[in-house]
Amino acid sequence: MSDSFDSFSSGLENKSGDKELQEFLMVEKQKAQFNAQIHEFNDFCWDKCVDKPSNKLDSKTETCLTNCVDRFIDVSLLITNRFSQLLQKSGGM
Amino acid sequence: MENLSALTGAQKDELMDQVKQQIAVANAQELLTKMTEKCFKKCISKPGTSLDSSEQKCVAMCMDRYMDSWNLVSKAYSLRIQRERNHM
Repeated sequence: MSDSFDSFSSGLENKSGDKELQEFLMVEKQKAQFNAQIHEFNDFCWDKCVDKPSNKLDSKTETCLTNCVDRFIDVSLLITNRFSQLLQKSGGM
Repeated sequence: MENLSALTGAQKDELMDQVKQQIAVANAQELLTKMTEKCFKKCISKPGTSLDSSEQKCVAMCMDRYMDSWNLVSKAYSLRIQRERNHM
């Protein structure tokens, strides 16, 4: 609040207004990306882990889902790192 | 962006609410599409002339489990993000 008041008094109210909206949009965008990622994870982890739907997710399925997310991120990191090493070795970058 | 700076506080609040609402709708639509696709695949092996009661029961259960799974995946992903942040 005091921040926007300061810029208001220095005649920069337009810029501070944009800033608040920009920050808001950035946060919302991050939240939307997080959600999109969960949709994607749930899509393929469901296929990998869930058999016939029953009254509740059994503990084996729950473990599988949790592991599925973590291992996918591991693979993603591993491939990213190895790929950048390969790029460096080939002198391309 | 020029005319955005002329917004009053109330207009800005309204705009933010609208953005939030649109994101929520898009999110719900995505979930709905995915659930329909996944539960159709799981529950209807051979499409008949109507949805029989066991198929309907299966779809209802599948929906609930898909949302359970979504929440579980969401939890696992946020925990992982937290862990990665602590490592930095």
